[in-house]
Amino acid sequence: MLQVRGLARRFGGVTAVAGIDLDVAEGEFVSIIGPNGAGKSTLFNLMSGLDRPDAGSVRFDGVDVTGARPERLAALGLARTFQHGRVFGNLSVLDNVLVGAHTRLRAARPAVPVLGALLELALAAILPGSVRAEERALRADAEKILAMFGDRLLPRRDQPAFGLSYANRRRVEIARALALRPRLLMMDEPTAGMNETETAEMQELIAGLKARGQTILLIEHKLEMVMRLSDRVLAMDDGRRIAEGPPDAVRHDPAVIEAYLGHASMGQAEAAE
Amino acid sequence: MMLGPWLDYTVNGLIIGNIYALLAVGLALIFGVANLINFAHGSVYTVGAYIGWASITFLHTPLPITLLLVIVGCGLLGIAIERVGLRALHGRSRIAPLLATIGISLVLDQLVQLICSPDPRALPNQLGDRRFQIGGGTIGTLDILIAGIGIGSAALLYLFLRFTKLGWAVRATAQDQDAARQMGVDTDRVNMTVFAIASALGGVGGVLVGMYYNDIDPNMSFDATLKGVVAMMIGGLGNVPGAIGGGLLLGLTESYGIALFGSSYRNLFAFALLILILVAAPNGLFQRRRETPPEPLTGTFVARSRPVRLPPWLVAGAVVVAALLPLTNQPYLLQTLTNGLLSALLALSLTLVAGTVGQISLGHAALLAIGGYASGLLALDLGWPVDLGVPAAGLITAALGTLLVYPALRMRGHYVSIATLGIGQIVALVILNWTGLTRGAMGLTGLPPPEIGGFDLTSVRSVYWLVLALVVGIALLQARLLSSHLGRAWRAIREDDVAARSYGVDANRYKAMAFAFGGFGAGVGGAITAHVYSYIDYQTFSATLSILALTMVILGGLGNIVGAILGAVVLTALPEMFRFAADYRMLAYGLVLLLLIRYRPQGLLGTV
Repeated sequence: MLQVRGLARRFGGVTAVAGIDLDVAEGEFVSIIGPNGAGKSTLFNLMSGLDRPDAGSVRFDGVDVTGARPERLAALGLARTFQHGRVFGNLSVLDNVLVGAHTRLRAARPAVPVLGALLELALAAILPGSVRAEERALRADAEKILAMFGDRLLPRRDQPAFGLSYANRRRVEIARALALRPRLLMMDEPTAGMNETETAEMQELIAGLKARGQTILLIEHKLEMVMRLSDRVLAMDDGRRIAEGPPDAVRHDPAVIEAYLGHASMGQAEAAE
Repeated sequence: MMLGPWLDYTVNGLIIGNIYALLAVGLALIFGVANLINFAHGSVYTVGAYIGWASITFLHTPLPITLLLVIVGCGLLGIAIERVGLRALHGRSRIAPLLATIGISLVLDQLVQLICSPDPRALPNQLGDRRFQIGGGTIGTLDILIAGIGIGSAALLYLFLRFTKLGWAVRATAQDQDAARQMGVDTDRVNMTVFAIASALGGVGGVLVGMYYNDIDPNMSFDATLKGVVAMMIGGLGNVPGAIGGGLLLGLTESYGIALFGSSYRNLFAFALLILILVAAPNGLFQRRRETPPEPLTGTFVARSRPVRLPPWLVAGAVVVAALLPLTNQPYLLQTLTNGLLSALLALSLTLVAGTVGQISLGHAALLAIGGYASGLLALDLGWPVDLGVPAAGLITAALGTLLVYPALRMRGHYVSIATLGIGQIVALVILNWTGLTRGAMGLTGLPPPEIGGFDLTSVRSVYWLVLALVVGIALLQARLLSSHLGRAWRAIREDDVAARSYGVDANRYKAMAFAFGGFGAGVGGAITAHVYSYIDYQTFSATLSILALTMVILGGLGNIVGAILGAVVLTALPEMFRFAADYRMLAYGLVLLLLIRYRPQGLLGTV
């Protein structure tokens, strides 16, 4: 489904991503691990259209989408969450999820060239039955997605997102991504800032998505979760691939241990100062 | 040889360019440390000119003392602006201090006008007017002084930033305010210093330009701010050496433009250059590194608040009362309310664009001008009936407005505000200069009154009803759009355009749709206004009105439909009722804007 070849991105003198190859097949669960600054999020940005690569190519479902605009990638069925959380603060929880379903709007967004935007304005003003029915269906669907998070989000669906706890905002991010009905779901550290109970809950949810056959690409630091869920793991350091394969093999790969230990010992040295 | 005049134009361009550079350097310094485009800068420049005038006229000071007084006076003013007006806004959304400086400039300009009268004054050139022959042209003593001060202050500034401890602190703060503070830099003091230096430079620019033209007046601020901003943008936001280059380049462009096309084109060149730079090289001409995209400067002025939910019966009741008002025989009240409702058409449009979509437009009054001229010309030149011309004007404004703002659609934050300001000015200047179509400075006279189905609406009462019906109609339509998926998409773009685009919301498309709908309402408003007044010219819908509309919209609560109408009616009607003199009115608007930004950014009814 996704084919990344030789993807590279440099910022000034720093090479953040240096020639990464990555394949994700339909229904597969692939995780990307690596120490901070390894280039994981940059890789996500390159694949989701927020940044343009300096070299390499990205193909999605056989279509070349290298450097494509994020709108187009969303329309093709690629949804992502953001590392630091980018919910729409002043929108209600439900509206946040509904924005996620934007690409699914059909009746409200006529696919007519040039005049499409004007027609869309007119339809929103007239609100014919078909548009109303579509909106109702989307709302019902959005509530169903919110219900996947138990009573974490559903009772707060009409509250503005800025009032939510950090963990709840991460949940809204994922709910918004699911509302797109993504063919490929990319999650950037979905459990960052969550305590153990919340992490376990999130892991449960992601496992459920995997069981449903959702294709998933995950960036995650919590190795235990990666090892349990992934079909395949890509380990990165300094923008390069240092190991790739089944979780167990990657976990015991000397290069991976070296990367983590090397950085960890540096971290300890800093802490000791 | 025709070289002589060209040499003169070059000298003239460089001299004016030096003044622009003085302004732009100050703006760049302030942008560097405070991340803020200081719209009060031109007002400081005007104050500088008046301090110079007062000290020459009343104290008979020699030139060095005059300059010293200006430097001290404006420096103190700069400190006051930073301390009183801006420091409290630290950590708020970045557009908040920008709007505050607009309020400060309104207040300062009005104060100058109240103290020194609005009439132009002659500012004597204290050097005498000796001119030297060089090549085929001449250069005067004042030219040399201006050039000297320009180069001298640039050199002093360089030495200050490079070799003094405070200069290092300024540069450190410009790089990273938080890091500088953690390293023990007193960033408040740095901000204050920078405002003092920038304001002193601006004030000196004001005196010199006053001497150069031997003429100063309180309305020169706005132009000065704009020119300074243009010069700074050419050099790149916050780039101090770039600002000097930008100033000189702008001066030369204008001077050659005047040579080729005549002096009424001067500003058109400046603003065309601005839009060109914004579109083609938003980092400025002198910045080569391209890796970092233009700093997004996101952060709209939408305070996190829950809107006040007005019960529907209250809104409906208010509309009914408003509709019944003409039955009480109060023509003056009706007249005032009609004006308020006409402003409401502009405010509804702006609250959609600036509030719902988060694109703070500073040139919105231009839409009224387009609508007014479209309908007026359709009636005068093509003999269209007014009831056909007004909706047509709405459509023309929607189309033209969207087209004009098109280059700004991909911009963000401050860039949008500057671009819309420039586009608004360009519209007014095109109206002034396209004499063949618009009758230029004469304006459109003898416009027929509004009509419906062949019946002229001439009575105060019927005009009031017509405008009320339009406001209610457009407000209902807008509310409907906001409750649809469009409202969601618009607000998502405002909150975080990157996230919105990642979910398939084509930001440019939806911004264009907002401008089109807003353009229609504002265009109809401008058209009706033109027919009610029976006269308009290129100044009827000025930049001041754009700022006033923004104040109305903030007062009501950004994005809030009922709030926009309330804000428009309150700000139009209240000064009428208290019979403020026109002079005090702008002062009041400036203060209202300042107080709102400081104490109630969500406005009366809350942002939506």
